[in-house]
Amino acid sequence: MPEQRRIIFQHIDEPGYAPDLDCYRRHGGYATLAQAVRRKPEELIDEVKKSGLRGRGGAGFPCGVKFGLVDRKSGKPIYLVVNADESEPGTFKDRYIIHQDPHQLLEGIMITCFANNVKAAYIYIRGEFPLGAKILERAIAEARAANLAGPNVLGTGYSCEIYVHRGAGAYICGEETGLIESMEGKRPYPRIKPPYFPAVLGLYQCPTIVNNVETLCHVKHIAAIGGEAYSKIGTPNNTGTRIFCVSGHVRRPGYYEFEVGKITLGQLLNEVCGGPRPGRKFKAVIPGGSSAKVLRVGERYKGKRKVGTEMVDYDWGIEDIPMDFDSLAMIGSMGGSGGVIVMDDSVSMVEALGNINAFYAHESCGQCTPCREGSLWMKKITARMVHGAARAEDGALLKSVADQIAGRTICAFGEACAWPTQSFVLKFGDEFKAYAEDRKASPPDAPALV
Amino acid sequence: MNLKPATLQQIEEVIPHYPVKRSAALPLLHLVQEDQGFISPEAIEWIAAKLELAPVNIYELVTFYPMFRQKPIGRRHIKVCRTLSCALMGSYQTCAQFEKQFNTYRGEVSPDGEVTIEFVECLASCGTAPVVMIDDELHEKVDSAKALELAVKIKAQAQGK
Repeated sequence: MPEQRRIIFQHIDEPGYAPDLDCYRRHGGYATLAQAVRRKPEELIDEVKKSGLRGRGGAGFPCGVKFGLVDRKSGKPIYLVVNADESEPGTFKDRYIIHQDPHQLLEGIMITCFANNVKAAYIYIRGEFPLGAKILERAIAEARAANLAGPNVLGTGYSCEIYVHRGAGAYICGEETGLIESMEGKRPYPRIKPPYFPAVLGLYQCPTIVNNVETLCHVKHIAAIGGEAYSKIGTPNNTGTRIFCVSGHVRRPGYYEFEVGKITLGQLLNEVCGGPRPGRKFKAVIPGGSSAKVLRVGERYKGKRKVGTEMVDYDWGIEDIPMDFDSLAMIGSMGGSGGVIVMDDSVSMVEALGNINAFYAHESCGQCTPCREGSLWMKKITARMVHGAARAEDGALLKSVADQIAGRTICAFGEACAWPTQSFVLKFGDEFKAYAEDRKASPPDAPALV
Repeated sequence: MNLKPATLQQIEEVIPHYPVKRSAALPLLHLVQEDQGFISPEAIEWIAAKLELAPVNIYELVTFYPMFRQKPIGRRHIKVCRTLSCALMGSYQTCAQFEKQFNTYRGEVSPDGEVTIEFVECLASCGTAPVVMIDDELHEKVDSAKALELAVKIKAQAQGK
């Protein structure tokens, strides 16, 4: 079985490990910050660039490039907004960092702030983590009292405040410009890019860096070991470790940290998570949070890919897919947020899609017509199917609605809500048809999903 | 508005966290809701005045964000996660069990005023599905049987008062 490599989750679930400052320091905490604040900020940004770190929130955007895009000539303050609005269904990694190891996040924040000359950082934490917000508040107070945050950090003359800002249950706040609007006290309607790239016109129209919790923790480790050394962890262009959150129908769901690309989906599900439940077989897997396109057990992916400098043929089943950003994109899905949702043969795919569609209809912010109307129509169509009035043409109808959302909205929510429908209908079209012909096409002991 | 002194103090502390007062809208809504139990029209006007905004600037937040409510809820707030990973592990049965035990329906206050049950979207603990939040506390792997246990406990606590 592939070995986990726990960097971010090194101390998660460790007996006796507490979320307080003393415990963190006993384990070597804040030594990296102490070194970092004595270096030149641009050196730290270079380390992140060299590391090849890609954002862990969903898009996999290179973190060093993001830092490089920040407008430093505007004369306006630069803000860091930490996206702790963990909301993508199937994703539950930030929860454990925040609750069990908050100082690791704070150290990553402080290093990132120092590197980018940020004087105020806001942790936007989802409203459903009330305890997490309190833990972070306490950790910030401890760090401030120990001179690790706040005015004149470690006697260097550099000052930076960190604040906790609670969301209130809206998925769209995970979208970075929606999050910024929400921080400004408005409805979180995402902004149009261009011109509103956060790096130039972000929070209060100032240059702003928005990073995921896990990403900022990686920055801490990059500063500790150097970008060069970090880039050797994982695989080329997919460096470092990644936390996979596995949920649904496996024997051992949970969170597992591996070097990116060093484990296949088959190893993750069969060896690490113990395979399907007794008497069951895997049917479908969503590999990167509920908006990622579904993979069907038994389908093959063929093409050419770059290995080193050569192009080689690949012919994979879903169990052969390396769990990295590029491979998952290549086979038409995405690594997204690292949330792997597994469904076995007890599940009706029509009903699973009905569940997902209800989520997106609930969470569409309503700003763009195709998404506001389309997400609701898709929910209504799948709900009607489940409630006994499925029609033969429903698959095509669903696809037609989804096709008219993707690419026609201000933010990526349009794609996020269209991709499940497009991929479910494409890959399980036979099941949608059978459902229309015979309501009993749903497996006899299927879990209620709608 | 009759806010507790501790709430008023927290409100004064949080506003200067932001260079623009309007940013304190969400924190103030949370604080006022925790204090009052819900957001009344009076609360909307009070927060708006406090942040030098029009009441509609606050009202539009209350109607957008799922966590803010304009009516009181039961003494205990039960949120069952409805989203895919929890549903796959039986959260629809979990929710139905709570509804049966408290003789109420999702989104409503039980007849004895004891609980409000909500069937909410992803609570981000998919690996321990199905999950339920009771007030601020997360409960993991709450199948129908465990929901029954929790319901019995809540009822016992209610009678103890």
